[in-house]
Amino acid sequence: MLEWIGLLPAFPLAGFLALVLTRGSLPRRIAGLIGVGSIGLSFLLAALVSIEFLGSGLESHTQLLWTWMSVGTFTPGFSFYLDGLTVVMLLIISGVGFLIHLYSTGFMADDPGFARFFAYMNLFVASMLVLVLADNLVLLYLGWEGVGLCSYLLIGFWYDNPANGYAARKAFVVTRVGDTSMAIGLFLLFQQLGTLNIQEILTLAPQQWSEGQGMAVAAAALLLGGAVGKSAQLPLQTWLPDAMAGPTPISALIHAATMVTAGVYLIARTHILFELAPSVQLLVAFVGLATLLMAGFTALTQRDIKRILAYSTISQIGYMFLALGVGAWSAAIFHLMTHAFFKALLFLAAGTVILSLHHEHDIFRMGDMRRKLPVAFWSFVIGSAALTALPFTSGFYSKDEILLAALAHPQYGMLLWLGGVLGAFMTALYSFRLVFVVFFGRDNHQEHASHDAHHVPGAVHEETGIAMALPLLILGVLSLFGGLIHVPVDAVFAHAEAHEETHPSQLIHTVMILVPIFGVMISYLLYGSRPYEKAGQHLRTQILNSPLGRFLNRFWFSGWGMDALYNFVFVKPFLALAQFNRRDVIDQFYTALAELARISNRALVLTQTGYLRWYAISLVGGLVLVIGIGVWA
Amino acid sequence: MTMLFYLAGAVALISTISVTISTNVVHALVYLIISLLAVAVIFFVLGAPFAAMLEAIVYAGAIMVLFLFAMMMLNLGQATENEEKAWLRPQLWVGPGLLILVLLVQLVSVLVTQRVDVVPVEVGVHELSVLLFGPWLLAVELASMLLLAGLIAAYHLAKR
Amino acid sequence: MPSIPYEHGLILAAILFVCGLIGVLTRRNIVFVLMSLEIMLNACGLAFVVGSARWGHADGQIMFLMILTLAAAEVAVGLGLIIQMYRRFHTVDISVLSEMKG
Repeated sequence: MLEWIGLLPAFPLAGFLALVLTRGSLPRRIAGLIGVGSIGLSFLLAALVSIEFLGSGLESHTQLLWTWMSVGTFTPGFSFYLDGLTVVMLLIISGVGFLIHLYSTGFMADDPGFARFFAYMNLFVASMLVLVLADNLVLLYLGWEGVGLCSYLLIGFWYDNPANGYAARKAFVVTRVGDTSMAIGLFLLFQQLGTLNIQEILTLAPQQWSEGQGMAVAAAALLLGGAVGKSAQLPLQTWLPDAMAGPTPISALIHAATMVTAGVYLIARTHILFELAPSVQLLVAFVGLATLLMAGFTALTQRDIKRILAYSTISQIGYMFLALGVGAWSAAIFHLMTHAFFKALLFLAAGTVILSLHHEHDIFRMGDMRRKLPVAFWSFVIGSAALTALPFTSGFYSKDEILLAALAHPQYGMLLWLGGVLGAFMTALYSFRLVFVVFFGRDNHQEHASHDAHHVPGAVHEETGIAMALPLLILGVLSLFGGLIHVPVDAVFAHAEAHEETHPSQLIHTVMILVPIFGVMISYLLYGSRPYEKAGQHLRTQILNSPLGRFLNRFWFSGWGMDALYNFVFVKPFLALAQFNRRDVIDQFYTALAELARISNRALVLTQTGYLRWYAISLVGGLVLVIGIGVWA
Repeated sequence: MTMLFYLAGAVALISTISVTISTNVVHALVYLIISLLAVAVIFFVLGAPFAAMLEAIVYAGAIMVLFLFAMMMLNLGQATENEEKAWLRPQLWVGPGLLILVLLVQLVSVLVTQRVDVVPVEVGVHELSVLLFGPWLLAVELASMLLLAGLIAAYHLAKR
Repeated sequence: MPSIPYEHGLILAAILFVCGLIGVLTRRNIVFVLMSLEIMLNACGLAFVVGSARWGHADGQIMFLMILTLAAAEVAVGLGLIIQMYRRFHTVDISVLSEMKG
């Protein structure tokens, strides 16, 4: 069974080709069957492969499909590498991917681009599988760019609206910054180590480089650049909130569960390089910490349901980076998995809400939806509980592990831990703010709907077919109990992770359990409670009206002004430069050359009179000249 | 015989110049025939009777008759002759004339260095034929191809 | 046996050639141009025959035969073209055919 892993990306790729080559002429039922079925086959195969692999006790398995190219000693192959880490990623991608595809058949049922949607989705899954299966960095880069392309195509899926196209371009360009850094990192690794095979790099690097050596630091930092771009961490996080312009299942699959965690995967995959560069590893931790706090504060002020979830995603990936930075590799992967479950659940539930309310995104135009949208409500409650890390949900176990690992960091343990706990508090605050505002309180939807003339005021009824409810159910179960799964990555990180059992004090444990609960309570007080509704509202207005509160609200709402900052630092100067160079300064030289050619052309044209005698006399002139040279010279 | 050579040369020269300055096509043709016949005489003097025969029959005969037929088909009248007179302005001759003069000086200056007296030896038809159908057979075949191609091309081009 | 100076034969050929050339350069009537070309070809033939006599060998005469063939073919094609031109443009003035002007 293991030799069949080449088929894993082949199924979705075949689905993509089938859907693209028929150009949407297939009936929806068949297009959906192809789109979902191909991922389903992939998932089945992934499950069988995983069972066999984990049962066999092998450490890794490499499958060479064919040699991609052969240039001197550089022979990257289309070869797939399987180990515990890959297995986890495979199951997440194909499993969550399958559920989201299934959900999409309901969500996109009325969309004219149904087949196109599934074609892109299939291509995405194929690329993502190549990314995690690749045994060399070139093939990984192929998958990396493939998912970037699909992300671009799917963010701009509803291309009728120019804003969506703008968001897609923004995502593409911003991630390109990281990708370029990663490409340079690849060049550096190849130039220094002479190979791009990941396993060879991981064995060669410690032999060639001592810890903290310049080249190791440079390589790790460049790879980190790529990871930061893809995973929307500081300072390249600005694209992800705008990426919410795509259909909601896209946000669930690409911008929450899989693609944005590719950076985490990359760092975990090349963790030995990062251990060789302790300064970069520390940088990873602080990038994660800064990102999770920044995104947490920003999420608190957003009004768009999907943007809240997007910032929450950025924040949660910040946790994963924090874990990577303190060397808790398996904790990072564990959180990656649980996050995939509960964030996919939250996005899909948000999709149900949005669809049921006729594409309403503003949470303050919702309210009191818990009886009207029971499935979405319970999904949200479960997902938010896991996101907040309430005890015994999946998120609790993974976040717990990360925070304990952060605390164990020799130098900055306390600082990282406090930051993480503050982040957890913020998480509780903003996620239950979302739940309370949307599902409790007064129904603001009808009110607003009747104000809008073009908005058809219709009775809200929940859009849930079996195709949409079943994924929510499964993901809900996984979000609740996913924490009991043990990620089989011990072998991958065995030599890297010191498993010294730290015994933190009872106080630490208590704090970590109580902080989220405390956050939920405050959130309830401010947004949810009926008895104190007046008081909560009063408090909110008071906070918002105080100068500091107003400033912070606006500052956080704009995502810490990062967009404006980039606009000022990069976009404006670039546009000014482009404006200056409109007539292309360097091109003047070539224009002059062209002008010279044109002038000499005109001069030569004069010699072409079209008269036969003229040509004959030129001939004779040449003859006289040549004979003259022969006779007199 | 030497006298004959210079005499025929003079005739050829005068008739050729007449061709160049004549305005009437038919007159020019007749001058050309005279010139060719004079050259045929020179061939005789130089001991090439077969070449002389061909010059007279093919050149002065066949080709010139072809010219005449073509002139008949064109049926150029007095108008063309007047046109021709108008075109032959002296100032038109200055540039080409100078150039040609230089060319002539060059050629003559090269040729006068070749001071050899030729005693003509007759090369007969028999000898020529042995050469033609011996070493030069391929050239003869190619020449026949060329004639055939010329024939077909002329037929096509002159077709209405 | 009376002799003939070799260079005189060649100079005669050169003068005939030059006469033909000046005709080509100055005439506008295409029939005259074609005739001048004939003169030039004939002058070449004369030079070959003179050379043949100088070396006492028949190869020069064979070259003359080749030139003769060439001239015949050329005249046939050239006259065909002239007829075609006269039909189309109703003139024998080659200056009319100046479409190659750049």
